[in-house]
Amino acid sequence: MIIVPCPNCGPRNSGDLRPAGEVVPRPDPSTCSLSEWREYLYMRHNPADWVTETWYCRGGCRRYFTIERNTATNEIRGQEAS
Amino acid sequence: MGKRPPKYSAGALIKHGLTRGDWPRMWRRPEMRSSYDVVIIGGGLHGLATAYYLAENHGITNVAVVDKGYIGGGGSGRNTAIVRSNYLTPEGVAFYDRGLDLYNSMATDLNLNVMFSKRGHLTLAHTDSALRTMHWRAEVNKLQGINSSVIGPEEVKEAAPSLDISPDTRYPILGALHHPPGGIVRHDAVVWGYARGADVHDVHILQETEVLDIMVEGGSGPGGKGAGGKVTGVKTSRGDISAPIVVNCTAGWASLISNMAGVPLPITTHPLQAAVTEPCKVFLPTVVVSGSLHVYVSQTDRGELVFGASVDPVGTYRVNGTLEFTEELAGHVLELMPGISKMRLLRQWSGLCDMTPDYSPVMGNTPVEGYLVDVGWGTYGFKAGPVAGETMAETIATGRNADLIAAFGIERFTEGDLVGEKGAAAVGH
Ligand SMILES: Cc1cc2nc3c(=O)[nH]c(=O)nc-3n(C[C@H](O)[C@H](O)[C@H](O)COP(=O)(O)OP(=O)(O)OC[C@H]3O[C@@H](n4cnc5c(N)ncnc54)[C@H](O)[C@@H]3O)c2cc1C
Ligand SMILES: [Zn+2]
Repeated sequence: MIIVPCPNCGPRNSGDLRPAGEVVPRPDPSTCSLSEWREYLYMRHNPADWVTETWYCRGGCRRYFTIERNTATNEIRGQEAS
Repeated sequence: MGKRPPKYSAGALIKHGLTRGDWPRMWRRPEMRSSYDVVIIGGGLHGLATAYYLAENHGITNVAVVDKGYIGGGGSGRNTAIVRSNYLTPEGVAFYDRGLDLYNSMATDLNLNVMFSKRGHLTLAHTDSALRTMHWRAEVNKLQGINSSVIGPEEVKEAAPSLDISPDTRYPILGALHHPPGGIVRHDAVVWGYARGADVHDVHILQETEVLDIMVEGGSGPGGKGAGGKVTGVKTSRGDISAPIVVNCTAGWASLISNMAGVPLPITTHPLQAAVTEPCKVFLPTVVVSGSLHVYVSQTDRGELVFGASVDPVGTYRVNGTLEFTEELAGHVLELMPGISKMRLLRQWSGLCDMTPDYSPVMGNTPVEGYLVDVGWGTYGFKAGPVAGETMAETIATGRNADLIAAFGIERFTEGDLVGEKGAAAVGH
């Protein structure tokens, strides 16, 4: 089981939240090219290492926040409201 | 064409039983060469089948299949072994149907009994919208000559008498997509069969050899990698290999390998769990899938029930089982088959799946010359292993993506031309 620290609700079972995936910088839709936009939509680093990712506190405060998680070990460090 | 491995026969069984002589090795442990014409990364079903068809269909035999562990140690040895071709898109249906053809003739082609049990495949619909998707799939399937149709609850009961079809359950069974050519196969045997077939052609199967880097020159990215570059070989834990062609067949690890070549993939890695019960008298004659209940079940020839579900929602490279999975699975299975409430689970396990946004694979040439991918197999790559091997071998031999995989190229993600199979592949693998 993965325990995810919500900045508002404290530690929660990951099943209470919805993972929204690794943070990918969003290009400006009014200036970027179509292929840059699709890269943002689809391409992922997917490393077996530390990643910064977004979670949605579905069963609690309903806010989005980011954490750093090591996808090789599921260790978690740091969390930030976003 | 080609050479045939020695046959396993009743005569040989008696002889070995009486003499207690050693069985011949199914594949050898060759010395690694410093160069090959083709290096295939990943000794799962896809890598081994690609090597086999390169040799068998195209006479390309100076080939190495390298695996960091043992062959079949990834998804190929962990899956629930379901094969079928009732997909949703015309591209998907044509591709997976060729896959089913290869399974049909596999035992003869590889001279090995892979225990293909063509027992039929039922995808249950519990809602109107699910039923609508089933009708859609059935019509697409029929147009392409696939045996696939929508049946009502009574016929469902006939095909699988243990299912509860009463209308007053939480998820009543409104009907099902019935696909008689589907079934289950002995997955290990398929891996071993292709390994043995490749070994007969002197393909090198290099186990416990981890790829640490892919050498690319002339690319537009950092270190000369990425688009516009050209592959020169791989660095492994047992030394460097030079090769003009490197193929990524590493499924759950695909992104890690592709990043080594500077080719980002539209993939995230998620564990998929499965579980098996103690054996009991055979009562379930077909494969049953329920999308709404996130569960599927089949019974092996030995009598064990094999269960699977959808992937774990959290992306990770860790493959440990979770109690959440077991709890949810048990609850959902009992909704379908209340009669098995006393059965005990024997074990559960997990494997890595390389999920794509559209539930279709990513195959063929990439922006790096000589670097090819056969990845994005998610939860459905077992049935696709043989046809993926056949089409990847053709792609390598001819230099251009084989017709059957033309729709699955990596460029579809920049061109916005996705091949949406979610409706046919999210739960029923
Ligand atoms: C529980 C479960 C149930 C499933 N059920 C079904 C099903 O019913 N039907 C179906 O069609 N599909 C199913 N699948 C999906 C299917 O198993 C996979 O898609 C398929 O096995 C992928 O095969 P592969 O050869 O591409 O990869 P794998 O068999 O995963 O092989 C990849 C190999 O790459 C190697 N590797 C990784 N990194 C390196 C490196 N750096 N250097 C060298 N080697 C490396 C690994 O050791 C591994 O052996 C299921 C999967 C799981 C986990
Ligand atoms: Zn919260």
